[in-house]
Amino acid sequence: MEKRVVFRSPWLPYALVAPQLAVTLVFFFWPASQALYQSLLIQDAFASKTQFVWFDNFRDLFENSHYLASFKVTAVFSVLVTVIGLALALVLAAFADRILRGAKVYKTLLTLPYAVAAAVAAVLWVFLLNPTLGVITHFLARLGYHWDYVLNAGQALTLIVIAAVWKQISYNFLFFLAGLQSIPKSLIEAAAIDGAGPARRFWTIAFPLLSPTTFFLLVVNVVYAFFDTFAIVDAATSGGPVQATAILVFKVYQDGVQALDLNGSAAQSVVLMAIVIGLTVIQFRFIERKVQY
Amino acid sequence: MVERRPVGTLFSHLVLIAGVAIIALPLYVCFVASTLSFDQVTTVPMQMVPGTHFVDNYLGVLTHGTETASKAPVGRMLWNSLVMALSIAIGKIAISMLSAFAIVYFRFPLRRTCFWMIFVTLMLPVEVRIMPTYKVVAELGMVDTYAGLTLPLIASATATFLFRQFFLTVPEELAEAARIDGAGPMRFFVDVLLPLSRTSIAALFVIMFIYGWNQYLWPLLITTREDMYTVVIGIKRMVAGGDTLIEWQLVMATAMLALLPPAAVIVGMQRWFVKGLVDSEK
Repeated sequence: MEKRVVFRSPWLPYALVAPQLAVTLVFFFWPASQALYQSLLIQDAFASKTQFVWFDNFRDLFENSHYLASFKVTAVFSVLVTVIGLALALVLAAFADRILRGAKVYKTLLTLPYAVAAAVAAVLWVFLLNPTLGVITHFLARLGYHWDYVLNAGQALTLIVIAAVWKQISYNFLFFLAGLQSIPKSLIEAAAIDGAGPARRFWTIAFPLLSPTTFFLLVVNVVYAFFDTFAIVDAATSGGPVQATAILVFKVYQDGVQALDLNGSAAQSVVLMAIVIGLTVIQFRFIERKVQY
Repeated sequence: MVERRPVGTLFSHLVLIAGVAIIALPLYVCFVASTLSFDQVTTVPMQMVPGTHFVDNYLGVLTHGTETASKAPVGRMLWNSLVMALSIAIGKIAISMLSAFAIVYFRFPLRRTCFWMIFVTLMLPVEVRIMPTYKVVAELGMVDTYAGLTLPLIASATATFLFRQFFLTVPEELAEAARIDGAGPMRFFVDVLLPLSRTSIAALFVIMFIYGWNQYLWPLLITTREDMYTVVIGIKRMVAGGDTLIEWQLVMATAMLALLPPAAVIVGMQRWFVKGLVDSEK
């Protein structure tokens, strides 16, 4: 789509795009190209010797068992966050769509976690699940379950999944609710006249019609689990115990900022870039389809 | 709904109340803990009704931080967070409106190139390019400055797209009329486009304010001095270290202070918040 009526000026349009382009070039293109270049080099910590090694860093990366383990952790983590987050949000949205009275109050309360910073969300759950003081830990102990996420790898992963799902549930809920509310009432009424109960109507009408929303949220949630959960991991477990919660984004930080392995970290950045680009392409393809839907 | 079934409605309410209770549990426990004394908060099990140390704890962290961990006053951190959130929100809106205006209302060489250069920034969040971006900012001498904290996060394809989409729906007649009346492009921008964009601006502002306020990784890297910490970083510094010494009542008071401003923005601007969320994902 293009405008018929346009303004003319030899310099004004350039002046208007200049601020954004300047920021983009300095803080985006330059660092991204540096990451690409660095990933093909090996240098020592003081940058005194630099050697061009082509794809050796990438080969090392994929031969490194820690890195492969991190891939596995990330995969498990993002599947859990996505599936649990979407399922809970869908249940809440389906029931919120049914009621009239008090709907606004529920909606407002359910959107609150969106306001909470990921790092703060992590600290809140760390407090609830603290091995010695935690309110929930105490409750679990009375049920005879021993909880100590500082030592237990599975429990540490559970902790970051809980915090990540809690933080993202508002977003999923709002999109599901908007999707459900845009389903034509006549379809639901027709099914009701034909004798379909609420559960049947949900599974045979609402759920299939929601599939564009569901697919969109699927991609968004995977991206969220891959990248936006850095703060949760860093604030809750710092990747521990023994790398059990070191997801890919956290490893870029750990190897680059803490261990100062610049080239290895740059190679990891490039791998992540490829993943984001892949996910973005999937998302855009889907959006094109949604237009026709 | 189609049929009226009191049992069904009651069940829906029960499910929602259970959901809200689980969602609100961490927030409630956080609030209760922030009103207790150190002895009360370390008693297992912790009491579930608010205590009497509300004023002590909040005034304490606002003016001189925690006793054992970070002594940086949280008041200063809240100010830093506010500066960061406002600069990012306003900066993003300003530069993306201008560039969207240029891309929609002008024909100039390299227009497509500009468009694509902005477009690809969608694909790479800061998390993916932290080390090199940090190096660039360090070389520019912007560590521990507000510019270093905000500028790298201001480039945003999302906002540019939103405004582009919106400008494309503005009727042609308006620009035509403005030209016939002899108004220049900037006059048209200020007098016609800006007032028309009010709701889009409000919606984006809510989303970007929350985005800026809740930033974590970037301020963690770029702030080394305590007086430049944002409140989110402050909390992280308070809990880092030995488990026994954490003064949870003060950490929770700080957490409440950190989450109240964005929560107030969401509740107060609910309509624009939902619109912003939906629009910025198109």
